[in-house]
Amino acid sequence: MTETALPLSETATAAHGPAGRAPRGFGAIAIFATLVVFGGIVLLPILATALNGFKELGDLQANPFGLPRVWVWKNYWDVLTGYRYWQVLGNSLLIAIMTVALTLALSSMAAFTFAHLRFFGDRYLFSYLQLGLLFPVATAILPLFIKIRDLGLLDSYWGVILPQVAFSLAMAILLLRTAFRQLPIELLDAAMMDGCGYFRYFFYITLPLSGPILSTVAVISFVASWNGYLLPLVVLNSESRYPWTLGLMGYQGQYMTSWQLVLAFITLTILPAIVMFLLAQRYIVAGLTAGAVKA
Amino acid sequence: MSTVEATYVEPVRRMSANGWATLVIFLPPALLLFTVFVALPMTEAAWFSVFNWNGYGRPEKFIGLKNYGYLIGNATFTRSLINNGLIIVVSLLVQLPLALGVAMMVAGRIAGAAVFRMIFFLPYVLADVAAGLIWRFMFDGGYGLPSVITGALGLAPYYLLADKTWAFSAVLIVVLWKYFGFHMMLYVAGLQGIDKSLLEAAEMDGATAIQRFRYITLPLLGPMIRLSVFFSVVGALQLFDIIVPLTGGGPFETTNTMVSFLYYFGITRMRVGFGSAVGVALFLICVTFAFGYRRLFMRDD
Repeated sequence: MTETALPLSETATAAHGPAGRAPRGFGAIAIFATLVVFGGIVLLPILATALNGFKELGDLQANPFGLPRVWVWKNYWDVLTGYRYWQVLGNSLLIAIMTVALTLALSSMAAFTFAHLRFFGDRYLFSYLQLGLLFPVATAILPLFIKIRDLGLLDSYWGVILPQVAFSLAMAILLLRTAFRQLPIELLDAAMMDGCGYFRYFFYITLPLSGPILSTVAVISFVASWNGYLLPLVVLNSESRYPWTLGLMGYQGQYMTSWQLVLAFITLTILPAIVMFLLAQRYIVAGLTAGAVKA
Repeated sequence: MSTVEATYVEPVRRMSANGWATLVIFLPPALLLFTVFVALPMTEAAWFSVFNWNGYGRPEKFIGLKNYGYLIGNATFTRSLINNGLIIVVSLLVQLPLALGVAMMVAGRIAGAAVFRMIFFLPYVLADVAAGLIWRFMFDGGYGLPSVITGALGLAPYYLLADKTWAFSAVLIVVLWKYFGFHMMLYVAGLQGIDKSLLEAAEMDGATAIQRFRYITLPLLGPMIRLSVFFSVVGALQLFDIIVPLTGGGPFETTNTMVSFLYYFGITRMRVGFGSAVGVALFLICVTFAFGYRRLFMRDD
């Protein structure tokens, strides 16, 4: 189960299609029609959210799933010209980038030692780090809150970033150690023979040859951080440090009955994720599913 | 779990000075961070759970296993456990067959297969909080789907999220909507790994489509199905982000999960001991499941 590729293009599917041949005639039409119906159901809430952001409340109430009678750009314009939207996106981006950078740095170094060095207790230390795969952050959230408070990290970006990194290490180290071990051992032997130390081997050979798996780890930890809610909810108090998930809930609390404003805000906050997904769908799907499969 | 483990030949190499230097610089940062923010808090949860403590000063009021006793007798916690169970049941009985069925459709050469795969996967990319809020609108009796139906029939507005009998079904629908695409993608990957000459040979020998599915496709998808079940259960056990924006645990505390129970009754009220006991209970359930499941079903994978 180590190398399950996820071919996403049509040609790749055609070559390995499980049906053997393309469905024809009535069968194909029935399948296509079913998929159109399912696709419509899946897209309906997202489309309704985006369209309703263009309506006035009365229009929204009379006609929640149609096109706006009058396109009201003001709902979106107000969000885009307000400081709050950019502030929460900026906070999320900062937290996510720091989380990804630290996760990549710490996990690749640790995975490298487990992949290439034999030392006393190495297996136990590796199993110890793998304990992180067993339980979600929620199980330890109260003691974690106390710890963050005692370290003076409450209401700071670091109070969110460091625990996020710590909880993503287990999966990252597992994925990276496996990948590092798959690099030809002759490379290491040759490098050592030529007097290249482990440090240079790590920076000049291991990392450059591990692009795909590093991007998988990056995608997993970025998405987890970007979408994170419980940890920032517990750690952050100041609205000026809120990531977009908290900002969205705050906005909803403020404009509760004005659904058109809330829906416009939702649309704009999920827009970055949708755009990124459309631009880099190959990497994102492969990262999120292959990461799960390989671990 | 992986085959690499078995075939990897350990280099018999004495640790050089260079190796030690690498080890001393490369390993401690990860170990330190993991210990401080993952291992210690989990251990402390067990310690705090035997105290009655509001989080300030030192935990001093030792009360033994009373927090666990409160949990067992707590109707809201019992309801949360049942709700987690319901998510698992719906994931296995509805989501799994649906994801597999759709995967069979979009893994083939149907027109627009790649586009459909992307559409079904899209909700998985969105944050649970946003999904919960979008569906809070969709289920709103005054504006969303129910309003269209009650409006057309001339009935009074129906507020599903305020109906204590049926509100949790809203959570189940959102979970299905959000996560089914992920499982579909797992099955697509599994289906594409199946050698199609097997299916062709079976077809030539006169096997029907149902026989081919039952005796070739399904067994070969085994590892992927076991994986999909594993993620369904683990995901169901930690569900929280959808609950807060959608129902907030209400009405009448009927839609909590274990984690939202932990949040509303432990964290927001700073009942550190009680909340830690919930965390320990959740931890035990997760660990028991993970070990049990791997031992029973995932041995060969």
